Amino acid sequence: MSRFKKQVSKEVPAISTSSLPDIIFMLLFFFMVTTVMRETTLIVKTKLPEATEVQKLEKKSLVSYIYIGPPVQSKIYGTESRIQLNDHFAVVDDIQEFVVLEREAREEADRKFLTTSLKVNGETKMGVVTDVKQELRKASAFKINYSTRRKTVKKD
Amino acid sequence: MARKIPQINAGSMADIAFLLLIFFLVTTTMDVDTGIMRQLPPPLDPNQIIPRIKERNIMNILVSKSDRLLVNKKMGNIKTLKNDVIDFMSIHHDDPAYPEVTLKSIDYIGDVYTTKGIVSLKNDRGTSYDMYIQVQNELAAAFKELRDRLSMQKFGRKYDKLINEDYIDAINKAIPVRVSEAEPEDVGGN
Repeated sequence: MSRFKKQVSKEVPAISTSSLPDIIFMLLFFFMVTTVMRETTLIVKTKLPEATEVQKLEKKSLVSYIYIGPPVQSKIYGTESRIQLNDHFAVVDDIQEFVVLEREAREEADRKFLTTSLKVNGETKMGVVTDVKQELRKASAFKINYSTRRKTVKKD
Repeated sequence: MARKIPQINAGSMADIAFLLLIFFLVTTTMDVDTGIMRQLPPPLDPNQIIPRIKERNIMNILVSKSDRLLVNKKMGNIKTLKNDVIDFMSIHHDDPAYPEVTLKSIDYIGDVYTTKGIVSLKNDRGTSYDMYIQVQNELAAAFKELRDRLSMQKFGRKYDKLINEDYIDAINKAIPVRVSEAEPEDVGGN
């Protein structure tokens, strides 16, 4: 008879859950850091077209957005494409003022890097887009970005 | 006698953290903004004389209001547009059907032939934005392909794999994105 008989317990020990909060906090911090809260509520539909030759927009703080598309509430506002600046509908003449305000909201050194991102619905006619571009030229906001989704390339 | 502070029960900490986590999971938008970058030209000065460009140096692309293409007054196809542009902007010596070429000396590359060709893009007010983006995309793809070719030839790697800023600059100078957008006008009527 051995004196040092090992006490082998038959039961599986319970898994310690004391580190669970730490794991969850880790995930939480990850999402807190990566999250970008939507600043404006969209009142126009922007189903972006797809393209393959897309570039990433760097420095989101230096981008101002112009949305063009048919209103979400089509029963009230109709189906004709409208321009949305910040949180409300706008007309083409408002764009120059919008650009000036956007420019003034940035620091002086950053102003020349300001990009205007055009988020335009794919079915919108070019007429309104051309008008917007003309206004942007007048307001000397020359850097523009046609917002598109990245198309997954099919292998032929 | 100092009273012993009872231990705070940390059992619900995980639940609180879960709650916050779920909130951020729901509100987060992971999509990166992508798009086609373009530089707009400054507004036209009415007194400015528009330089005459030789017919052979221009490739005219017209997008009609019914989203059809007209490339150099012939029916075009979006599928072949990229190759058409590459063909047009490639170097063809002494061929009157293609744009003129000039010998340019560029730092880091040396003497290189550059084309005087310009792609002129014109669209109707009734063109759909989707079609316009398709055309812009094909043009961007064509210029990227041309730059890749030169970059492979000179530096042995593709254009977007270049690290040295000077090399990128050199390629940009050798093959600038020459897309001119016509001043808007109604071409197709409504």
